[in-house]
Amino acid sequence: MITLFVEEESGERSPIEVPTDMQLSLMEVLKASEYPVLATCGGMAICATCHVEVVEGDEHYKEATDPELDMLDTLPEVTDASRLACQMRLADDMDGMVVRILASEEEY
Amino acid sequence: MVQSIEDKRVETDICIIGAGPVGLFAVFEAGLLKMRCHLIDALPQVGGQLSEIYPKKPIYDIPGYPDILAQDLVDKLEQQIAPFEPTATLGERVEELERLEDDSFRLQTNEGTKVFSKVVVIAGGLGCFEPRKPPITNLENYEGKGIDYIVKNPEKFRGKKLVLAGGGDSALDWTLYLSELAEEVTLVHRGSSFRGAPDSAEKVMSLADQHKINLQLNANVTAIQGNGKLNACVITDKEKTSITVDTDYFIPLFGLSPKLGPIANWNLNLDRNAIVVNTEDYSTNVPGIYAIGDINTYPGKLKLILCGFHEAALMSHSAYRVVSGGKKPSFKYTTVNGAPTM
Repeated sequence: MITLFVEEESGERSPIEVPTDMQLSLMEVLKASEYPVLATCGGMAICATCHVEVVEGDEHYKEATDPELDMLDTLPEVTDASRLACQMRLADDMDGMVVRILASEEEY
Repeated sequence: MVQSIEDKRVETDICIIGAGPVGLFAVFEAGLLKMRCHLIDALPQVGGQLSEIYPKKPIYDIPGYPDILAQDLVDKLEQQIAPFEPTATLGERVEELERLEDDSFRLQTNEGTKVFSKVVVIAGGLGCFEPRKPPITNLENYEGKGIDYIVKNPEKFRGKKLVLAGGGDSALDWTLYLSELAEEVTLVHRGSSFRGAPDSAEKVMSLADQHKINLQLNANVTAIQGNGKLNACVITDKEKTSITVDTDYFIPLFGLSPKLGPIANWNLNLDRNAIVVNTEDYSTNVPGIYAIGDINTYPGKLKLILCGFHEAALMSHSAYRVVSGGKKPSFKYTTVNGAPTM
């Protein structure tokens, strides 16, 4: 089990405890924890409704992969640590990572 | 092939909103019960997400196909429903739904096409694909007054000054195309390079080198100015330096994102952007309106194409009672009746 934190707009951080041995993605965990992540495309990196920013965490997690960049490049608002949560497989070295949700249900 | 028809007035048994795989298969199930269908889709072609977003991706969970490319599945569904001769209105979006005195429906699209039907089936998938809008104050005030999200008629921009924003293929392609006919084109992209088709990216870079377009990298359009009509965009780079560019049009090209659209105003019970249905027949809370596929929700819902197919079959048997004025459909295997015909 690892602990991830979701940072609210107020700066407040809420912990989520998640297992790393179930092949879950960060999107699935956020959705299951009832965060406003629609995940309309079901994890194919084509809808950006699970867009997050890695606020704190290992540097390599702040770098989006190629399929994500293809999508992120078409979005109006992106940060240098923008990721699509559906492309982030949970791993032990994510323990303590802080993310901010940039997708909002109103927007999509 | 399902072709869009020109008729502005259509009468049918079932009007299906959404021509994705589930909407297409609903034509088949309805056809087995001799009901006529008319399809409406906001996209100019059938196939929904499969054709629009991932035509070349293999799908592995269609029964009987170990794997099949998304577009191939759409093509096969079109073949399968061809005997039932469905009609379609493509590239138009349903705006209004009205219940008539005899309990039938009148639907109207944004282009004024009217469809009269006894039953309405919403197979809208993710919803309508609408342009993503950048977060700029006042943006809405200038829509249609200098801001366009889609290039429908390029001639409109001949001899004009344009600011385009975006870094995807459509931003690159339109920059190349419009640079030929506009007086001045500025392309604003948040990144330092383009990930679109390398060939287009190279051409855009070379136009910028020749000063044929004004390329602003690592920058965003942060404000718009005008007086009733747009006349300038403020472009801000990563160092927070801003410049103001005079322009006739601002064209943000940030792709499409799915939205529920006007369906949200039809008094249907909704839960988190999905239509709540009864799993007995996938009817909604409004008699005569059904919802099938990704757009509906019920306990245990799985957003799978194969679940949508099942929903289409049960919906058709229930819709038959509405269309036939209360008659019970007779259930027959397709192996008994032979090749399907209308």
